[in-house]
Amino acid sequence: MVYPMAKLDWTLDPFSGIQQLQREMDRLFSGYTPAVEQFPALNLWISQDEAVLAAEVPGVDPKDVEVSVVGNVVTVAGERKADASAPAAEQHRCERECGAFSRSARLPYEVEAEKVQARYEHGVLRITLPRKENTKPRRIAITEE
Amino acid sequence: MTAQTDIQTKRFEQEQKLPVVAPATDVYESEKEIVLFVDVPGVSPDQIEVSLENRTLTISARRETQDPAEHKAVHREFGSAEYRRTFTLTKDVDRNAITARIKNGVLRLALPKAEAAQPRRIAVHAEG
Repeated sequence: MVYPMAKLDWTLDPFSGIQQLQREMDRLFSGYTPAVEQFPALNLWISQDEAVLAAEVPGVDPKDVEVSVVGNVVTVAGERKADASAPAAEQHRCERECGAFSRSARLPYEVEAEKVQARYEHGVLRITLPRKENTKPRRIAITEE
Repeated sequence: MTAQTDIQTKRFEQEQKLPVVAPATDVYESEKEIVLFVDVPGVSPDQIEVSLENRTLTISARRETQDPAEHKAVHREFGSAEYRRTFTLTKDVDRNAITARIKNGVLRLALPKAEAAQPRRIAVHAEG
């Protein structure tokens, strides 16, 4: 239902595999739950009338996020820029990747694209997608003869 | 057991149940300061705690998510959690000058190095 997009040029970084292994080891020995591997992490809720999609986009300016809907597929795309306030200095640890991202989710019904609302708070985006009126189930009255 | 301790025990149990997550962190070090960027999405500024004891820096935050009412969760990659991470600093920092600010779910922590820990350039004078 939710499919990932390629991470940033990880094939070009010879150390990314080592970093991932290190993270896995940390997780094994610390009992910590794994850090999210796909960016942004998504949560999806569905009801009869609407779908709610939440995406974790820490450090991403809301202006750099684009939410688009085509039929029943909703896409969250954008760019996570490098921290402007980072000092020009030696970097000991680099776990927060930056660059372009895109993730999509397929919903069980089409949505009213004009009525989609997106709210951003503390690095989390919450998108409310109302179901298209003509796709809602219609109750048919049964008449007795 | 009094009602009060009962509540406290319950709260403790609830807190214990939250999964502990190590937030992704970037660490920079310049001659003057150490700067950390920590991803803490979903955390409001009042729910984050940073403490420095000797040279042990601990960052902890509580993050609570709420499911929309009357919806069914069909896919879940994040939820309520306890962010926790500890670092051991190799240099003394100036405790009174530490600044922490949070923006768009990222904590920026600047720890200026103590005067004594900063590199000092020693001028060499040529003799004769």
